[in-house]
Amino acid sequence: MEPILTINNLTKKFGYLTAVKDLSFTINKGNVYGILGPNGSGKSTTLGVVLNVVNKTHGDFKWFDGQTTTHDALKKVGAIIERPNFYPYMTATQNLKLVCRIKGVDYSKVEEKLDLVGLLERKDSKFKTFSLGMKQRLAIASALLNDPEILILDEPTNGLDPQGIHQIREIIKQIAAKGTTILLASHLLDEVEKVCSHVVVLRKGAKLYSGRVDEMISSHGFFELKSNKQDDLIKLLENNPSFKSIKEKNGLITAFLNEPMKSEDFNKYLFEKGIILTHLVQRKESLEEQFLQLTDNK
Amino acid sequence: MLRLLNLELQKLLLNRTSKILIFISFILPLFIILISSFKIPFFGYFTIELGEWGVFNFPMIWHLVTYFAAHFKLFFAIVVVSMIGNEYSNKTIKQNLIDGLSKKEFILSKFYTIVFFSLISTVIIFILSLCIGLYYSSYNEFGIIIRETEFLLAYFIKLIGFFSLCLLLGMLVKRSAFALAFLFVLFIIEWILYGIIWKFSTEEIATRIQNFFPLKSIYKLIDWPFLRIASTKAPNNKELIHDYAVHGYEIVIVLCWTALFIFLSYRLLKKRDL
Repeated sequence: MEPILTINNLTKKFGYLTAVKDLSFTINKGNVYGILGPNGSGKSTTLGVVLNVVNKTHGDFKWFDGQTTTHDALKKVGAIIERPNFYPYMTATQNLKLVCRIKGVDYSKVEEKLDLVGLLERKDSKFKTFSLGMKQRLAIASALLNDPEILILDEPTNGLDPQGIHQIREIIKQIAAKGTTILLASHLLDEVEKVCSHVVVLRKGAKLYSGRVDEMISSHGFFELKSNKQDDLIKLLENNPSFKSIKEKNGLITAFLNEPMKSEDFNKYLFEKGIILTHLVQRKESLEEQFLQLTDNK
Repeated sequence: MLRLLNLELQKLLLNRTSKILIFISFILPLFIILISSFKIPFFGYFTIELGEWGVFNFPMIWHLVTYFAAHFKLFFAIVVVSMIGNEYSNKTIKQNLIDGLSKKEFILSKFYTIVFFSLISTVIIFILSLCIGLYYSSYNEFGIIIRETEFLLAYFIKLIGFFSLCLLLGMLVKRSAFALAFLFVLFIIEWILYGIIWKFSTEEIATRIQNFFPLKSIYKLIDWPFLRIASTKAPNNKELIHDYAVHGYEIVIVLCWTALFIFLSYRLLKKRDL
């Protein structure tokens, strides 16, 4: 696979605080990546370093094959960091034309991208008159002007209302469907779960996990159970080697699996043992649960 | 180069405040110089016509006009300082870099703009002085007209030097108002240093050293012209004889400062985490 961004042992210190600690990962073409981490885990700093606005302390990173300078590589990248930053006194079109000048892109792209994010009818309004959601959409339009090879989004739905969040997510999905590589930094797990195929988990600047979302924890999921004979059920499960742990809370038993098991087989097995279930749900851990497990363990 | 200049011009000319300030810094001096060249009647009692005093004679006019026009550089200094301050307060500097502008290009686009406006200002002053001079001057020989046009070069260098200093201060403190205050503080510091040096040596040595200071060296490019005007009225008065010429070493000093200001601005931006 063709690498787009390779980060090797990157470290960034702010005085005595280490924001990013010996971080390495690779972004390959065509995937949608999420960078997950609690606030202050070094997501934005990492993006800042590769985007040429924060100076690294050690380590290195390279864009594409490493032959181009960072600022030239950035002309093939679209990125939005934290809040949309534009000139408040310029209109949407003027702001985008300025970005075209920087990136060396033809002006004809301006209207096309404004249309994509649904801002065409407001193209001659000044940026300062825009709502936050519109500003964020303009930022996405600006990041897409050069039809980038990779789109980097840092907390794109931060501070937006539900409609705004929905609009942004729809736009991201559209872009991902076209095969653009996306790197999405967020602390909102459902957001990452909905759009990303790969994930990098950070905590306190160090990498905890990187790989596919569905392989994040080697887990076979769990059953949520209720039955007519709770105590017998618990005893049975505790003696069964297929389960690694059993929890009971408010009358709901949660049984974590050690090996794969189908719910129908499990139900049949219990019925043969004389236990009738009143509630049976088989689930995989959500990204949130996996994430909390990961960040707690270490 | 043209791309960087265009970039900065778009940022400036679409902003109403900087447009007005640019307009003022170019048009106001023109206007004042033009008016001063007219006959000014004082309620019928008498009229003042500066042209009659011979101040608009070639080659003196080059000296006089550049000296006065240079004072209006403060308006454009506000533009320079705010073009940095705005980039920081709107965080557009960060976005520019993310969009693929290098830090070097960012500083260069500001510097080219400074050179561009300094050049325009110099050309305007040249044309204006030439017109007024041709109208009033008693000497119209080509040789005399082009004498002392080095004042125009000095004016050009003076503007670039001063605006580069403003650029550095803007980069340093990130806020327009503070940067201008800093400029004033620098002015005071230079005079305090002058005072200290004078106390421990002589006035002559102090003045010589002070001529190397950034603000003083920029000011010194075009000397105070009144002694010269006076000396034309009383050519035999020895006290009025004064070295008012533009010297090559003065230009070199200011150019060195300019290079240093731009280099430091770049270093500052390079080292800084945005």
